[in-house]
Amino acid sequence: MRDLIEIRWHGRGGQGAKTAALLLADVAFNIGKNVQGFPEYGPERMGAPITAYNRISDNAIRVHSNIYDPDFVAVVDETLLHTVDVTKGLSEDGGILINTEKSKEEIIPLLNGYKGKVYTIDARKISEEALGKYFPNMPMLAAMVKITEVMDEERFISEMKASLEHKFAKKPEVLEGNMKALKAALEQVQ
Amino acid sequence: MAIKERMSGNEAVAYAIKQINPDVMPAFPITPSTELPQFVSNYIANGEIDTEFIPVESEHSSMSAAIGASAAGARTLTATSSCGLAYMWEVLYVAASDRLPIALALVNRGLTGPLNINCEHSDSMGARDSGWIQIYAENNQEAYDNFVMAYRIAEHKDVMLPIMACMDGFITSHAVENITLLEDDLVKNFVGEYHPEHYLLNKDEVMALGPYAVSNYCMEAKRAQAQAMMNAKQVILDVAKEFEEMSGRKYGLFEEYRLEDADYAVVAIGSACGTAKDAIDRLREKGVKAGLLKVRVFRPFPGKEMAEALANCKAIAIMDRCESYSANGGPLSAELGAALFKNKNQAEVLNIVYGLSGRDMTVEDFEKIYEDLADVAVNGVKEDSYRYVGVRE
Repeated sequence: MRDLIEIRWHGRGGQGAKTAALLLADVAFNIGKNVQGFPEYGPERMGAPITAYNRISDNAIRVHSNIYDPDFVAVVDETLLHTVDVTKGLSEDGGILINTEKSKEEIIPLLNGYKGKVYTIDARKISEEALGKYFPNMPMLAAMVKITEVMDEERFISEMKASLEHKFAKKPEVLEGNMKALKAALEQVQ
Repeated sequence: MAIKERMSGNEAVAYAIKQINPDVMPAFPITPSTELPQFVSNYIANGEIDTEFIPVESEHSSMSAAIGASAAGARTLTATSSCGLAYMWEVLYVAASDRLPIALALVNRGLTGPLNINCEHSDSMGARDSGWIQIYAENNQEAYDNFVMAYRIAEHKDVMLPIMACMDGFITSHAVENITLLEDDLVKNFVGEYHPEHYLLNKDEVMALGPYAVSNYCMEAKRAQAQAMMNAKQVILDVAKEFEEMSGRKYGLFEEYRLEDADYAVVAIGSACGTAKDAIDRLREKGVKAGLLKVRVFRPFPGKEMAEALANCKAIAIMDRCESYSANGGPLSAELGAALFKNKNQAEVLNIVYGLSGRDMTVEDFEKIYEDLADVAVNGVKEDSYRYVGVRE
């Protein structure tokens, strides 16, 4: 992993982009990293574009500004590609992850000539198969862990299992669905 | 053993409240401080603390109820932000003049106009003359530590004043970061039990609180209040020393970062100071003697101490995250400017307004400020010293 990884999440209010950023901060913290996870608040409501951020480092993090030159970007809702400049400032040594059922070939022309790595994942399909509902944040989280290499996949799965077991102690069926979604995402991100 | 955790500023302060287990918390929700009464209510519902939570219909009432509870002899707190603090205005002065050591967790947010929910210091700065002690935090760690120290300062017999422990709205209150917590018993022992000298529920000492004070007495009451605020300086330092012995974390009235040999200094409050430190490290690598003075305590105002710490600087940027429409900068600019003059500091001074309504402040913004400081140190302040950073003109 690099000394400092900066990540920007784009989503729409209600899809869990902020939750995904906070969960990523959680798992990175659990393996001993210094972390930041924070949303940028505007006049949020369901469906409005929102941004959330992560910094992950081995060193103490003091800076308290938003992230303008991220190493990685996650786009939770592909319709944002038409309205938000999601690759703005994005490092070409990093990459962008997009939740879509489209192929990379179809997505790349929508990225304003971005030359870094492009990853896609069908988080809707994974979520609906694993959980019976559309919660894209779990597959997106797993895919981000994989592409950013903040931790190895096995450790990620065991950390998430421990944390979800605690969170869903009274709803074991939700735990199982979430774990299935995480594992499927690790396999299916391209 | 210290406890390594990650939590938001609001979670961190709520955790301190849980460890202290105060007697009474009246509160009314307002963004971005709403989570504080929410978390405390959860602790109460789960039986983790036995604080009496009073749901009220407004902030005027939450502060009034806090005054009543504190006057009765209870350790009391509330939380608010922005317009909530504005709505408390009248009674903030009552809490201070009645010498009630209430703690207020203030999550800084701009006062309305235009309506906005993000960070600004206009709420607490507006209340700077209300007689409350004000302590500010750079991050979640400091927000937690300041709250652990708050009652020890407020309830000290030489002080007996209410205290506002402030953190930046959203930037600190809602960002999850690493934090080191103290064990419950350490916090409990450090804060101790509250045994007020005078209180309304004491049947052996019948007293009135907050009655009309005729002119023949009123000014002496205010003078005593001013003395208590002056006394608070030493108490804040003493409590910080004891806190350091327990936690290993050092606090003062302000923090000096690479200031000792600095030619150019920024003076600021709150979360932007962390960003300034990154800018300073970058500039130091290039040989620029940049430094920071981070104001922790704004009331009592350590004017002389700060002026002395800045004595060798050639140029100083005093930064306010709020406007006072004086055409001269914000409150920190005005008060520190006066202190620099009294201390006969020779530095050129810029009065900078930044970060209004949550406008982001970046490392690059700070680098530009240090560039401007280097310029005015040589050429003097040609244009107006009162400037905005990060605004579209």
